[in-house]
Amino acid sequence: MELLSNLALGFETALSFQNLMYSLIGCLLGTLIGVLPGLGPSTTIAMLLPITYTLPPVSALIMLAGIYYGAQYGGSTTAILVNLPGESSSVVTAIDGYQMARKGRAGAALATAGISSFIAGCIATLVLAAFAVPMSELAFKFGPAEYFSLMVLGLVGAVVLASGSLLKAIGMILLGLILGLVGTDVNSGTARYAFGVPELTDGINFVALAMGIFGFAEIIANVEQREHRETFTNNVTHLFPTKEDFRRFIPAALRGTSLGAVLGMLPGGGATLSAFASYTLEKKLSRRSEEFGHGAIEGVAGPEAANNAGAQTSFVPLLTLGIPSNVVMALMVGAMTIHNIQPGPQVMTSNPELFWGLIASMWIGNAVLIVLNLPLVGLWVKLLKVPYRLLYPAILVFCCIGVYSINNNTFDVFMTAGLGVAGYLFARFGMEPAPLLLGFVLGPMMEENLRRALQLSRGSFGTFVERPISLGLLIATVGLLALVALPAVKKSREEAFQEE
Amino acid sequence: MSTKLRIRNEKDFGAGCIYLLAGAGFSLGALGYRVGDASRMGPGWFPLCVGVLLVLIGMVIVAQSVRPHAAPETVKRPDFQALAWVLGAVILFGLLLKPAGLVIALVVLVVVSSRASHEFTWRAALINALLLTLFSIAVFVKGINLYIGLWPEFLG
Repeated sequence: MELLSNLALGFETALSFQNLMYSLIGCLLGTLIGVLPGLGPSTTIAMLLPITYTLPPVSALIMLAGIYYGAQYGGSTTAILVNLPGESSSVVTAIDGYQMARKGRAGAALATAGISSFIAGCIATLVLAAFAVPMSELAFKFGPAEYFSLMVLGLVGAVVLASGSLLKAIGMILLGLILGLVGTDVNSGTARYAFGVPELTDGINFVALAMGIFGFAEIIANVEQREHRETFTNNVTHLFPTKEDFRRFIPAALRGTSLGAVLGMLPGGGATLSAFASYTLEKKLSRRSEEFGHGAIEGVAGPEAANNAGAQTSFVPLLTLGIPSNVVMALMVGAMTIHNIQPGPQVMTSNPELFWGLIASMWIGNAVLIVLNLPLVGLWVKLLKVPYRLLYPAILVFCCIGVYSINNNTFDVFMTAGLGVAGYLFARFGMEPAPLLLGFVLGPMMEENLRRALQLSRGSFGTFVERPISLGLLIATVGLLALVALPAVKKSREEAFQEE
Repeated sequence: MSTKLRIRNEKDFGAGCIYLLAGAGFSLGALGYRVGDASRMGPGWFPLCVGVLLVLIGMVIVAQSVRPHAAPETVKRPDFQALAWVLGAVILFGLLLKPAGLVIALVVLVVVSSRASHEFTWRAALINALLLTLFSIAVFVKGINLYIGLWPEFLG
C-alpha cells in the first residue's frame, strides 16, 4: 500500500497545473524536434536541455521526461513515414512501419505505434514504481567498491548490448571517461587538462559535448548527402486501426512490454536492445512470419512497446543507483546535476516529491502524447515536408542559443563547434558517440569511487573481489564479455547490428 | 601481392589512431600531475590508467586493421565544404553575438550555414533567416527571458 501512497504523492505533484503544462510543452517540443529527419531522442534532449534550466528542478525533470517521450514518438513517426530512423531504437520500427506506409496504411501504423507505446508506458510506470523502493534499499548497502564494480558492469553492458564493434566501443568509453576528467579535480584542486583556459577548469560542458557529437555531426553528415527520399506524407488517412489490426497488435504490444520492461532494467539495456529483441520474438511467434518486412503490424507494435517500456524501466538504475544505463539516462544525469540533484538512492528519501512526481509524470507524458499527437499527426506530416536545407539552419539556431544560454558565455559555442569536428570524425571512422557520452558522465564518479575504495583497502585491489556484491558484479561483467566472445552469439550479434 | 602492410580497414585504422593519439596525449598530461599510488591517488593516477588503456586498445585496433584478412572497409572522402560552412557559421555566431547582438549574429548564422546545402538560394536563406530571427526573439528573449542583447552595443 506504500506503493499507492507514493504514487498518489507523485500524481499530486505531477498533476499540478504548472507541471502538467510543462509536461505538455515538453511532449510537444520533443515531438516537434524528434520528428525532424535524422534527429533521435538523444539529439533532441541535448538540444532542448537548456530551456529547462530556468525551471524549478521538479518541473525541469518532468518537462525533460516529456521531451524524451515526445522525441521517441516523433522518431517513430519519421521512421514510418520517411524510413529515416533518428536513432537505432526506431530502426526496427522503420522496417515494417515504412512498408505499411507504402501500402497506404501509414495512419494505422502511426496509431499502432502510439497506442502500443501507451500500453507499454502504463505498465512500465507501475514496474518502475514497484522496483524503485527495493532497489534503492539495496543501493544503501553499496560501498565505493560496489559502486565501482557496478559502473564497470554498466559500461561493459552498454557496449556489449548496444553497439557494433566491441573494441571500438570500449575505446569510446575510455575516451569519454578521460574527457569527463577535464577540469578541477575535487580532491587536490588541480585543474586537469585546462591548458590555462579558465572556462575549462569547470570541465567540458556536458551540453556542448552532447550537441557537438550528436547534433552538429549529424547535421554535417545529412547536408553532405544528396539522395532523394520517398516520403509518404500525402496519404495519411484512416488513422484508426481496424478491429482485425487490434486483435493482431495488442498481444504483440503486451509481449513487447514485458520484454522491454525486463531488458530496460539491465545495465546497458533500454530502448534499442528491447526493440531488436521484441522484433525477433514477434517474427518467431507469428504464424505469418512471411509478412515481416512487408508491413506486419506486429512488427510495429512489439518493438514500439518494447522500446518504450525499456526506456521507462531504464530509469530504475538511474533513480535508485545513480548509474545511467544508456545515453538518454546519461543526459538525464547531466540535467539533474545542473539542478544540483545527485542521482542515487538518496533522491527518493530526500526529494520524494521529485522522485515520485517524475515517475507519475512519465505516465502523464504517455497519456498526453496519445491525446495530443494522434490528432496532430497532420501537423507533423507537414513538418516533414519542409526541405532539410531550411530545417538544419533552424536546428543550428536552437543549438547555438541554447548552448550560449547555459553560462551566457560564447566559449561554450566555440567548444561545441570544436566537438562537432570530433563528432564528424567519429562518424567517419564508424565510432559510436553513445558510449563516449556514458563514459563522460561516469568518469568523475568512477574515479571518486575507485579512489575511496582503494583508500579504504590501503591500496589493495583485492577489495573488489573480496566483497561479495562487488565480486558478483565483476563476475557478471566477465560473463557478459565471455558471452559475446562465443562464436554463435558473436554471429547473431553481428547480424542484429548490421542494419544500423 | 606486396608484403608491405596495407591498411585494409580504413575505418578501424582511423579510429585506432585517434585512440592512440588521444591516449598518449592524456597519459603524458597525467604525468604532469602528482600521480601518487593506489592507496593515495593523486590527480594523475586515474587519467594515467585510462590513458594507457586507451593506447593499448588503439594499438590492437590499428594492428587488426592491417591484418591481411581484415574486412576491407574504406572511408568516404569527407566533404570539407559542408563541414566548413556549418561550423564556420557557428563560430561566426559566437564571435558576433556579444559585440553585434543577437539579430545580426542569427542572420549570419542562418545565411552562412545555408551555404552548406547543395540547393542554396539567397532568397530562401534570407527569408529563413528573417523567420528564425523573429521566432528566436519571440521564444528566447520575450518568452523565457534569456538575457541576450539584440542590437550592437553602440546602438544602445
